[in-house]
Amino acid sequence: MSDSGTTTLDRLPPGQSARVTAVSDVGHRATRLMEMGLLPGVAVRLTRLAPLGDPIDIQVRGYHLSLRAAEAKLVTVRRDEF
Amino acid sequence: MSSKNPAQPPPLSTRREGPGLGVHEIGPSTAEHTPAVRRIALVGNPNSGKTTLFNQLTGLRQKVGNYPGVTVERHEGSMVGCAGVRVIDLPGCYSLDPRSLDERVARDVLMGWHVKESAPDAVIVVVDASNLERNLFLATQVLELNLPTLIACNMIDVVEGRAESMDVAGLAAELGVPVVATAASTGRGIEALRTAVRRLRTESGAATPGSYPRSRGWAASGRFDEAVREIGAVLDEGEAFDPRVREAVARLLVSGPGTGDAEGGGVPMPARLRARIQQVRDVRGLGRDWNAVAEATEARYRWLGELVARVTSRSAAARASWSDRIDHWACHRVWGLVIFSGLMAVMFLSVFSWAEPAMAGIEALVRQLGAGARAVLGQGALADLLVDGVIAGVGNVVVFFPQICILFLFIALLEDSGYMARAAFVMDRVMAGAGLAGKSFIPLLSSFACAVPAIMATRTIESRRDRLTTILVAPLMSCSARLPVYLVLISALFGPSIWVRSLILFSMYGLGLATALGVAMVLKRTLLKGPTPMFLLELPPYRRPQVWGTLWQMWQRSKVFLVQAGSIILALSVVLWALAYFPRGLGRHGGDPGAQLRQSYLGRIGQVLEPAIAPLGFDWKIGIGLAASFAAREVFVSTMGVVYGVGDDVDEESLSLREKLIAARWPDGRKVFTPLVGISLMVFYVLACQCMSTLAVVRRETNSWRWPAFMFAYMTGLAYVGSLVVYQGGRALGWG
Repeated sequence: MSDSGTTTLDRLPPGQSARVTAVSDVGHRATRLMEMGLLPGVAVRLTRLAPLGDPIDIQVRGYHLSLRAAEAKLVTVRRDEF
Repeated sequence: MSSKNPAQPPPLSTRREGPGLGVHEIGPSTAEHTPAVRRIALVGNPNSGKTTLFNQLTGLRQKVGNYPGVTVERHEGSMVGCAGVRVIDLPGCYSLDPRSLDERVARDVLMGWHVKESAPDAVIVVVDASNLERNLFLATQVLELNLPTLIACNMIDVVEGRAESMDVAGLAAELGVPVVATAASTGRGIEALRTAVRRLRTESGAATPGSYPRSRGWAASGRFDEAVREIGAVLDEGEAFDPRVREAVARLLVSGPGTGDAEGGGVPMPARLRARIQQVRDVRGLGRDWNAVAEATEARYRWLGELVARVTSRSAAARASWSDRIDHWACHRVWGLVIFSGLMAVMFLSVFSWAEPAMAGIEALVRQLGAGARAVLGQGALADLLVDGVIAGVGNVVVFFPQICILFLFIALLEDSGYMARAAFVMDRVMAGAGLAGKSFIPLLSSFACAVPAIMATRTIESRRDRLTTILVAPLMSCSARLPVYLVLISALFGPSIWVRSLILFSMYGLGLATALGVAMVLKRTLLKGPTPMFLLELPPYRRPQVWGTLWQMWQRSKVFLVQAGSIILALSVVLWALAYFPRGLGRHGGDPGAQLRQSYLGRIGQVLEPAIAPLGFDWKIGIGLAASFAAREVFVSTMGVVYGVGDDVDEESLSLREKLIAARWPDGRKVFTPLVGISLMVFYVLACQCMSTLAVVRRETNSWRWPAFMFAYMTGLAYVGSLVVYQGGRALGWG
């Protein structure tokens, strides 16, 4: 699902930078993601996956946050061009 | 700080009741007359250095306890250098809209809703300067509570180390409150913070709805403010909540979970009011087509982004810090797991073997004490009670101390350094599959040594359900106390081959592990069913652990164990001793301890149990052993020694005990201890809950008798069924 580089956070390859375009509003989980700083317009970078593939580690607003792919799916991002 | 109407006190409805409060105005003439702050709360994100700051402010004058009714730790201390000021370290939180029990406690205390803990007079928000935006998010919420507030801009040394700068005065001007730059790990800024606390005076809250608190630089939409005003008016009318926090509550009711019940983290309020508020929310479409939560959050962060840009200079490019470089290995696909296994092996060894000398020392000390007491008291029932009951009972408690201390120290080092988050990150997938949390790994691993400290270690698990599951299955991991039982049976009944013996021993451990995972999965699907809590974990930069403060808190927690769990263990020890001691000498005099045991209450219990345990292949003498194991599983061996007349200071190496076991016969001449019975008995020990110390600790950690009772019931049931299946199944297959 790639129109002009839009995808969800869980699908970014390790090392990829992107910008959040939307956080799907599904109840308290989305709220929590937003409170932790994942909001439209913010820059994120997928640092790595855990050894077993899940959870993922992202950099956002200057700190490292790890979350499961299931929740990362709620965040839509647009890849940064190089 | 500005004051509201200096000439007149505010109207009665906005005045707060309580000691040490009053109207103030800044000025040297009135400063001495104004009451100072008595209780100040520390609030902040996890990993912001709040605990280190707390340690610096209070020195060793701290007390650790629990918030009543919940297993959330409560830290309080008195501030050094500020006479009469008490500091409360509230649980770390990311937002005042709570997602966990810890956050709910923090919010409740700050709002003044907590049943036993009144609102503080002032608050210090600890902010991580190297991570400002997210930390200030909480600060904006706290500022709206209208408490006298200070901001401790902590970890300023990290910022400087990155060659970035922070305009502290600018930040203070933007937020409208004093900001003190601190580096708690080195003590920098602490004195300035103390001075700022001394200068704080309590203010009467400005609480008319619609007035903007000093801090509010963020602006949401017009309709947001309207909604807050409308709900604020409803709250005013109903005189609900302290006027100080009324506007903050109104805002919460617009942008938070709304009128959800208090259990779920909603705002506690009477039903009538709840209905009215819900009406307002429905009319405005809140929680339906208007996502006010998102709007408020975005507005806050928008303002914070601009504010942070104004007060800091930061290099835009992301630089790989040394912390990132360590993580390249620590979270590596292969090396990450290797490093993790290595660290776990070291931890396990340290608890398992390094505690040994200390434990042996304690046991020797207890024996000396007992001998000394006996020398003074001579013979007789009182002497026996004191020596074999009380002193031995206390010994049973204190002997856990080394293991608890070592495990807690290790865990504290892992947490403080920041590695614990990586461990949870690496293990999450595996543990979640079994219905456990990533952080369950350490308690479960240490349960192979002893479940008592392991269960205490589950405090690091945030989710209540995950924590409870871990606690309930931890005793299934075969602890070191079961080892003597396994060894004595294996060496007596399974021949000399080391391969056979090792295989059987390993299988017992494997059975425990498999059962633990299975039970965890079942529990998560049935009794402890519920939505999976979100896994959101910050990976803080690696830091040097603050050993001094950690040691102090470890000591405090161990003390709590000694007093609370210890008293239960002591009581049960005495009871067990009494059951084996009475009734005395019917028909015989002190000669044969075996005979004494057989006709004691404990012996009678064994005989009463026999019909129930015969289908498992056990006779009444084994029954006595099972009952005595309630004190500690390894007691089985010495009890068998007594019952079979070999003496009570045998251990699993004893040849004479082995011979007696092999020679034991049922009345009809069959051997009691066949290999099948051996397996059946070992399976029973794998699965049964026989350790009163474990139950005492579970009681302490879950704050109720319900869970220890449940644990006892389900494990005993499992053990019975397991042994039954093994024994009867084996008989059916002709292995009798």
